[in-house]
Amino acid sequence: MTSALEFTGVAKRYADLKVLEGFDLSVPRGEKLAIIGPSGSGKSTVLRIAMALEGIQRGQVRLLGETLWDGAGRPPEKTLRRLRLHAGMVFQHFNLFPHMSALENVCCAPVDVLGVPRAQAEAQGRALLEQVGLADKANSAPEQLSGGQKQRVAIARALAMEPAVMLFDEVTSALDPEMVGEVLSVLRDLAERSEMTMLLVTHEMQFAAEIADRIVFMDGGRVVEQGPPEQLLGRPGEARTRAFLSSVLQPGRDAAAAD
Amino acid sequence: MNFDWSYALETLPGLLWGLVVTLQATVLGMLLALSLGLVLAVLRHAGGRWIGGAARHFIEFVRSTPLLIQLYFLFYVMPGLGVTLSPLVTGVLALGVHYAAYCAEVYRAGINAVPRGQWEAAASLGYPAGARWRRIILPQAIPPVIPALGNYLIAMFKDTPLLSAITVMEVLQVAKIAGAESFRYLEPLTLVGVMFLVLSLTASRLVRRLEARYGRQARPA
Repeated sequence: MTSALEFTGVAKRYADLKVLEGFDLSVPRGEKLAIIGPSGSGKSTVLRIAMALEGIQRGQVRLLGETLWDGAGRPPEKTLRRLRLHAGMVFQHFNLFPHMSALENVCCAPVDVLGVPRAQAEAQGRALLEQVGLADKANSAPEQLSGGQKQRVAIARALAMEPAVMLFDEVTSALDPEMVGEVLSVLRDLAERSEMTMLLVTHEMQFAAEIADRIVFMDGGRVVEQGPPEQLLGRPGEARTRAFLSSVLQPGRDAAAAD
Repeated sequence: MNFDWSYALETLPGLLWGLVVTLQATVLGMLLALSLGLVLAVLRHAGGRWIGGAARHFIEFVRSTPLLIQLYFLFYVMPGLGVTLSPLVTGVLALGVHYAAYCAEVYRAGINAVPRGQWEAAASLGYPAGARWRRIILPQAIPPVIPALGNYLIAMFKDTPLLSAITVMEVLQVAKIAGAESFRYLEPLTLVGVMFLVLSLTASRLVRRLEARYGRQARPA
């Protein structure tokens, strides 16, 4: 069976800034993968490339066996749009549509993009809001919701398109500490119950250890080390991994590197 | 010179008919300006190098030439090219296109104010370009700029007397004719001035209400 996602020798830069260099990563279908690493290591860029929000300069990216990016070439808009339907993304800053209610946020894309009848999309939307614990907020505007609630609506919105691959980009980083838990519990539930392939870029090590099949540690635009959580977090082989982990797990010692 | 009330009253019906023409030109010009302006703004943003560039140059060109010259050009030159339109249609066209260029710039400010994350969220949900504009971007871009659009439309209303230069029987033209016939300009011109004053003030008040409704809306992050 083909991989859900396959990065081969990917290079990506913004102007003069190299973000990814010789980046390889293969994600089997159904895997729950956590990506950790210092900021600026290219973690979020990996997700943005997989979501077809950004192209690359060299290498190849395949999504569900289909070529998404091949070198610097850009596939036709139609292909990009078709491939985007295989993936869904949840953003650090939610990006809810402010002019729509929570329910409309969740059911607008199935109606507008897939042509699902409105009644059916709304029923599905309500079920998804219930799944993330927000059945009573269906008619609330995003600005009336707390950060944690917004992020849960954003998760429901992405799920409504039933993507094969879900990309979570530091989804708890913009939240007040007391709201992190409610979002993580939704993700935990999702990881346990769903067949979806999940990629999570996260700073929550404990959480990553708990739900991930595999953790990838990135630094300087490449994969430094990867393995099952207990191995990567418990017995890291690389000095850079150890330095990063100690800075994150004991923030007092080197807080700067953790963020 | 005394203000002759009975003469003023005599010219009033004719002037009110002229005012109807003025309002017709304003409303039709406004519809053209609002819709063509939106098309220009979207093309400029999404049209790529050639179409987007063409839209940008068109906007620049229209904004950089006087409305009166555009009116004369349409009225005196177009017939030579085989296009003959009535004075009123010509006037509406000129007003509409001229103010479309200004409206396009206003829409553009609204479009640029929509955060990048909104585009990305729409893309990640698979929205095709057309639906992305219609459902996600424009509903956020337009409300905040409605007051600014309103101000340009008031400016356009005050520019309609220029249409008298191409023989449209709008209110100023009627006043000029009345004055030429009786050699008394004070009364008809004063009445025209008062009409513009009253309507502009009313419209400004309306725009202020729109501002209260849309302009000060806090934009969620």
